[in-house]
Amino acid sequence: MSIQTTTPTPVRRAEPAHAPEQEPPSGGPSRGGGAFGPRQLAASLPDAVRKLDPRSMVKSPVMFVVEVGSVLTTVLAVLHPADWFGWVIAAWLWLTVLFANLAEAVAEGRGKAQADTLRRARTDSVARRLGADGAEEPVPGAELRVGDRVVCEAGDVIPGDGDVVEGVASVDESAITGESAPVIRESGGDRSAVTGGTKVLSDRIVVRITTRPGETFIDRMIGLVEGAARQKTPNEIALNILLAALTIVFLLAVVTLQPFAVYAGAEQSLTVLAALLVCLIPTTIGALLSAIGIAGMDRLVQRNVLATSGRAVEAAGDVSTLLLDKTGTITLGNRQAAGFVPVHGATAAEVAEAAQLGSLADETPEGRSVVALAEDEHGLRSRPADELEGAVWVPFTARSRMSGVDLDGGAGRKVRKGAASSVLAWVEERGGRSRAEDGAGDGAGDEVRRVTEEISEAGGTPLVVAVEDEAGPRVLGVIHLKDVVKPGMRERFEELRRMGIRTVMITGDNPLTARAIAEEAGVDDFLAEATPEDKMALIRREQAGGRLVAMTGDGTNDAPALAQADVGVAMNTGTSAAKEAGNMVDLDSDPTKLIEIVEIGKQLLITRGALTTFSIANDVAKYFAIIPAMFAVAYPGLDALNIMRLSSPESAILSAVVFNALIIVALVPLALRGVRYRPMSAEGMLRRNLGLYGLGGLVAPFAGIKVIDLLITLIPGVG
Amino acid sequence: MSQTFADVLQIVALVGALALVHRPLGDYMARVYTSDKHLRIERWIHRCVGTDPSAAMRWPVYLRAVLAFSAAGVLFLYAMQRLQDKLPMSLGFAPIDPDQAFNTAASFVSNTNWQSYAGESAMGHLTQMAGLAVQNFVSAAVGMAVAVALVRGFARSRTGELGNFWTDLVRGVVRILLPLAAVAAVLLVAAGAVQNFSGMHEVHTLSGSVQHLPGGPVASQEAIKELGTNGGGFYNANCSHPFENPNGFSNLLEIFLILLIPLSLPRTFGRMVGSLRQGYAIVAAMGVIWLAGVVAVTVSEYAHPGTAAQLAGGAMEGKEQRFGEGGSSLFAVTTTMTSTGAVNSFHDSFTAFGGGVTLLGMVLGEIAPGGVGSGLYGMLVMAVIAVFVCGLMVGRTPEYLGKKIGPREIKLAACYILITPALVLGGTGLAMALPDGKEAMTNIGAHGFTEVLYAYASGSNNNGSAFAGFGADTPFFNTTIGLCMLLGRFLPMVFVLALAGSLARQAPVPVTAGTLRTEKPLFTGVLVGVIAIVTGLTFFPALALGPLAEGMSS
Repeated sequence: MSIQTTTPTPVRRAEPAHAPEQEPPSGGPSRGGGAFGPRQLAASLPDAVRKLDPRSMVKSPVMFVVEVGSVLTTVLAVLHPADWFGWVIAAWLWLTVLFANLAEAVAEGRGKAQADTLRRARTDSVARRLGADGAEEPVPGAELRVGDRVVCEAGDVIPGDGDVVEGVASVDESAITGESAPVIRESGGDRSAVTGGTKVLSDRIVVRITTRPGETFIDRMIGLVEGAARQKTPNEIALNILLAALTIVFLLAVVTLQPFAVYAGAEQSLTVLAALLVCLIPTTIGALLSAIGIAGMDRLVQRNVLATSGRAVEAAGDVSTLLLDKTGTITLGNRQAAGFVPVHGATAAEVAEAAQLGSLADETPEGRSVVALAEDEHGLRSRPADELEGAVWVPFTARSRMSGVDLDGGAGRKVRKGAASSVLAWVEERGGRSRAEDGAGDGAGDEVRRVTEEISEAGGTPLVVAVEDEAGPRVLGVIHLKDVVKPGMRERFEELRRMGIRTVMITGDNPLTARAIAEEAGVDDFLAEATPEDKMALIRREQAGGRLVAMTGDGTNDAPALAQADVGVAMNTGTSAAKEAGNMVDLDSDPTKLIEIVEIGKQLLITRGALTTFSIANDVAKYFAIIPAMFAVAYPGLDALNIMRLSSPESAILSAVVFNALIIVALVPLALRGVRYRPMSAEGMLRRNLGLYGLGGLVAPFAGIKVIDLLITLIPGVG
Repeated sequence: MSQTFADVLQIVALVGALALVHRPLGDYMARVYTSDKHLRIERWIHRCVGTDPSAAMRWPVYLRAVLAFSAAGVLFLYAMQRLQDKLPMSLGFAPIDPDQAFNTAASFVSNTNWQSYAGESAMGHLTQMAGLAVQNFVSAAVGMAVAVALVRGFARSRTGELGNFWTDLVRGVVRILLPLAAVAAVLLVAAGAVQNFSGMHEVHTLSGSVQHLPGGPVASQEAIKELGTNGGGFYNANCSHPFENPNGFSNLLEIFLILLIPLSLPRTFGRMVGSLRQGYAIVAAMGVIWLAGVVAVTVSEYAHPGTAAQLAGGAMEGKEQRFGEGGSSLFAVTTTMTSTGAVNSFHDSFTAFGGGVTLLGMVLGEIAPGGVGSGLYGMLVMAVIAVFVCGLMVGRTPEYLGKKIGPREIKLAACYILITPALVLGGTGLAMALPDGKEAMTNIGAHGFTEVLYAYASGSNNNGSAFAGFGADTPFFNTTIGLCMLLGRFLPMVFVLALAGSLARQAPVPVTAGTLRTEKPLFTGVLVGVIAIVTGLTFFPALALGPLAEGMSS
């Protein structure tokens, strides 16, 4: 697995990836992607008005009913132009619809800017297609077919998605990732995928096109961020059905109310009935539902994650098993030296000195960590490799499996460090005492073997250090290399466990090492010596138990598992097979982001539930405002229901309608930002959200309607 | 002993007895519906009727069996009433008019027992025994079968099969209703109810006049009428008649019988889904609503503001002296919240608020605890709705008992909750808008409106009790209320069985710390809240124009 370790330049992200949703509800700048303010409202207004088209309104049954009510009250107002009340109600009903459209338009608007940037990358380039005979012919990018081979050289824009089949080049992918540092793309292996619209900076590659024009990665991204390709997710559909049913129920309640009212001698005007209906149906959630969905996707995009469907985002909230690769996700990408263990009478300082000497030219992270540890623990000064004159550096090779240095052109001290068997063999070869069979009792070899086993059991990797000097060739000791668990991971897994999510660490290490790291990191389970088949089997097993599985992957051999997982996040650095198979792509190629994706999925669902609860709970207060206003004339006793003591029937109904409209605007920021999410148990979360949005929804409108009523009475001639 | 103390003690005794008995009965019913063995008599019944007791049914098949069986019941009852004069033991009664015959057939098959006729003076013995009494048993067993099918939907996975309707029906009658009814009848006789086959007793009263008192197999009829939450009385005066309900003890016993099966079924549910606590959460929600109703009505009856009522210590009009406000209120709430409809007092004479609560009890959809079977499935559908809303708030696709509540499930649950408002409000609206409806009303003002609303609430929710006050035996009311009863009974069953089928197909989702715990008190609270807001609020305008307007004006 390749990990991009450079710090991403936050071109399109306003915040670091790890920032949780912890923003103050009001004031201060909202999170990236565009602030929610008057300017944005104004900019979205034309879109909001365009959405008044009944053909688009009908997609939201609740708001469609409000629009019908608006038309009806407007017609009535025109028929009775002297009735100020009819005009005002009609105006506020229109505003209710408009506010709902505005919420959606604002949510969509946040993606528009990004889409425009992407479009610029998709300029119609001319591709240099390779014919069967190897001759190049210029073809418009839009006419490329799957399987065509095109040549790209420095300065060329890659005309379409594909795999590098020949050559190696550095590519500028900033157009899609926002990351300005060029990346290497080469044929074969896990770094062969190139994306159309990115630019070759050096060298020449031949790319085999794998995607038809119009369906490329950039095209899909544009569709996603604009919300054009947005399909309703299963949960959104279910919620829409429930809202539609509630709308029908209240429609029945209001329609049948008229004969009852006529009988009671209190016939109501259609305007009042329309106002009552609009107040009762769940307009708050109905108005904000699609904005919540768009904003949820947008939150992912802001974290540089592209989900190919909203369904995947929702599934992320349901995930109960996370498969996490050890390297780069749970541990830092590289092992670090953690200690020097002397054997056979040597001292730790001797080991450290030899180890440091042998590692001075070793530019691998492991090598550098050895130098640093020797300096920290034994005060041994690190020096540049070229300071030692006449030193012959022995590089690490896959065959020798050790590295080191020969001082003074091979005449002086020799230092070797590497795998136990190789180093022991080196010592023996040079006539050193490494075996027990020479009759000297506990030989260095046995002690070395014991120490290396101990280190392995503790989850570390042993590197044996040997020297040859005037005292002869001998093993000095062992460097303990350790996988370093990223800081904060343990707490993270603890949080996940509280949320009911099991983490499984996937590693190629042996079970012994894997167990030690698993324990240190606090994961629930691990899969050691994992092959792609093992991964696949694990996913199938979890799914058979009804669990939803999320994983990350980048290699072609990850593709089947990515496709099988319910949430498969492909790294952008990965192959196009992996990107095709997964249902999300992480442009930062940061495997830790899986945890954030899960949180975003949950936040999306919680926001929907919270606003639904709020919306339904609101009805209680509205009844207490409107029912006495309608019938206190016929049955004066019903005035006792007017517990808010609203000033007049007109003002009571108007206050309820105005509150109903304004609460939509008031909640737009919450819908776009998502409700605050903290990892905790379902029980705690339910208690908290019920208190906040259930009780809040019950109480808030009482206060709100009363305040609006007071303001209305201030208007001369009313109340 | 103060009256209040006596009333409280009565409720405590009732709750205690139910708490004691619901465990063995609930467990027994779970065994009945999960056992593989057929009793010999059951095999014999199946052979006679020609049904296959072991074929596993998918939901459409199960539903077809329910509907076919019930349709046959309606046709049979209708024909029997229409041909009454040609049948033996007709007592010389003429055939019933078509509209009333339809109404009565619909009423008994739908477990409503709304009676727009006076039993003594219209129905012959054969019609009563072979027609109406049989339906008292089988309509109750149908309700239980559908409830059990829904429970199986939750309990089973990766199958479409919901069991066998014929087996569930026969077992419900043979193993549950008949034995319980036999025991209950004996207890009622011991308490003083009448059980004989004698005709009229001629009695000379103190004032010298002569009264004809009919006897009959009252206790046995009484037992199934309460147990099956049917409610159709032997006498027109129903449970206020001293032969049916002679004293305070028999009154309490009858209330106990009404609540027995509806409150034990949640235990059966808990047993069958493998978590008794899930059953407790459901029964707790039922109990909370029921108890709140009892307290509200009792307080309202005692606190009646009228002068006469204050002198009498409460609103005693239309109540039996031997039951008092407490016993009458307890009975009234129990009968309206269980879709029973038997009455021991005149609900029409209750205070406006007291009567309003009985009305509310019905429009909540008869789920607290509701009719036998229908109460459980109604409550489970509400639980599905509650789970959907609060399940979202814990950040997961909502799931109940390991089953995901997706678009299909919510669609079926939403259709279910649409039925009651549509029928009650639609029916009442129609009656209030058309001259046919208004002509039958004898009361004016808010009270007159409440009576019509009550009639449609009672019919649509298969309760069967009446607020009286208008002539219900008109073609208009017979037909519309008859339709309300049939639609109110069988449309919900369509959606419940479809829901069961959809749940049974799913693979279960394992419980984790992120799962919404539906066996906790918090969920019970949410469930009660959702019922109050989603169902209760729908009827708020109508209730405001009826009982609230009446009560607040006085």
